[in-house]
Amino acid sequence: MSMELIINLAYAVAAVLFVLGLKMLGSAATARKGNLLSAVGMLIAVVITLLDQNIVGFQWILLGLVIGAVIGAVTARLVAMTKMPEMVALFNGFGGLASLTVGWAALYPSDGQALATFTIVTIALSILIGGVTFTGSLLAWGKLSEAVSGRPFMFKGQAFVNSLILVAIVGSTVMFCMDPTNTEYLYLVIALSFLLGVMAVLPIGGADMPVVISLLNSYSGLAACAAGFAINNMILIVAGSLVGASGIILTQIMCKAMNRSLSNVLFSGFGSVGGAAEKIEGEVKAMSSDDAYYILEAAGSVVIVPGYGMAVAQAQHAVKELQELLEDNGTEVVYAIHPVAGRMPGHMNVLLAEADVPYDLLLEMDEINPRIENFDVAIVIGANDVVNPAAREMKGSPIYGMPIIDVHKARTTFVLKRSMASGFAGVDNPLFFKENTRMLFGDAKETITNLIRQFK
Amino acid sequence: MEPVYLTFILMLSIFLGFELISKVPATLHTPLMSGSNAISGITLVGALVSAGGEHVQLATILGTAAVALATINVVGGYMVTDRMLAMFKKKEGGKS
Repeated sequence: MSMELIINLAYAVAAVLFVLGLKMLGSAATARKGNLLSAVGMLIAVVITLLDQNIVGFQWILLGLVIGAVIGAVTARLVAMTKMPEMVALFNGFGGLASLTVGWAALYPSDGQALATFTIVTIALSILIGGVTFTGSLLAWGKLSEAVSGRPFMFKGQAFVNSLILVAIVGSTVMFCMDPTNTEYLYLVIALSFLLGVMAVLPIGGADMPVVISLLNSYSGLAACAAGFAINNMILIVAGSLVGASGIILTQIMCKAMNRSLSNVLFSGFGSVGGAAEKIEGEVKAMSSDDAYYILEAAGSVVIVPGYGMAVAQAQHAVKELQELLEDNGTEVVYAIHPVAGRMPGHMNVLLAEADVPYDLLLEMDEINPRIENFDVAIVIGANDVVNPAAREMKGSPIYGMPIIDVHKARTTFVLKRSMASGFAGVDNPLFFKENTRMLFGDAKETITNLIRQFK
Repeated sequence: MEPVYLTFILMLSIFLGFELISKVPATLHTPLMSGSNAISGITLVGALVSAGGEHVQLATILGTAAVALATINVVGGYMVTDRMLAMFKKKEGGKS
């Protein structure tokens, strides 16, 4: 058997393991094993590649492997669960840059033969997608870690500037494909793709980050896929397109959960939607944690709705403690998770899992809404837009039509909130003015700790 | 391999990906992302050939950088996913 055949057979095995691994991610019970299978697939693919006859020196490979493994392992160990969105954003960026460099290096084949046009086009593609993913992810990371303001950044003529960049990219890519030995076009393509990545993420606000991360996740897969075409490697194409598809599906889910189209998220910023907002009538009723305790103590069932504020306050462990105390008191406690709560898909679920909350207590929006009026108390912790009844009631509201968790239908609603400032979308929340809503002002973690103290 | 076959593989894997991922429950979306992040580190395979081959120096440098970057994705991605998934527990025996 030729070496090439063996390598490709091993790639096929690796591909099967990736697919099986993703399939097992479909259930929380098998997910961990699935991840392991996928890792084994990766190991097989890497080890078998080292047998490639084109590889003559190992010192550079070893250097790269050691550097990467150390950085990767240390980050994975140390990162706080609340910081997962930042880490995923950053890793997306590294993946994009890796594909860019692989595409670039493919310009210099070891046999020194001229490259086929198809190969050059795919090299250009992997550089473009890789570059956009890289700078886009870096900016997303900056916005998430608040190194850069999370507000959407818009300026006059943004659409015009962006179309100019696009035209320039198409032009320089075509020139590069016609004359690949001319490095000036190459550098131009790289620089423009970096610029496009920045411009694409600039107008997107912090609350829309779940969509952006999912999309960049998809791009990092597509970049790997393009690099696979560039170097004629099957496993890159298979694995890359699996990731690409995964990112696109998550993007769709996130957009649907906000009732917005992808183009609306990407291009429009937010809150710029016109329409006179209706005046919200009513009075905000604040409540002390003492009074809240009496209601909770008498409650038969409680639903907790966490949002990004819970992550900011690092309140997940306190929440879990409160849950246990309530349960000991004979109260049924469940959690309701909105798909876009937090800064990435599934963000809340991971935080609660970290606090040892069993995942069967976490209910999705569609499961909780039909029966939420049977709950005595709904506790909203640091969530705002995802429980904003304006989405159902006020036609003029920018979030009108977005599916929400109907906490206002519960018998009593507690809202834990720092102050009366409006949420990320900058929309007033009529929930705060409802008859059965009580506001518990202050740091979410402190408020919950106060409640816990009362129970003890 | 011919571009046509590669495109064929591409189409099939995208469809397969759609089928697989749409079955993943919302609870697992974060591990799914970090896990697929690790899979996108498959670029490592391509990077190895560039870093270890007999190329012009620029290709070797680029290749080495790509190996390091992709390895961060692979190692970091799988490890952090494992760390997260280890925390997901069902109600029975979930209390520690």
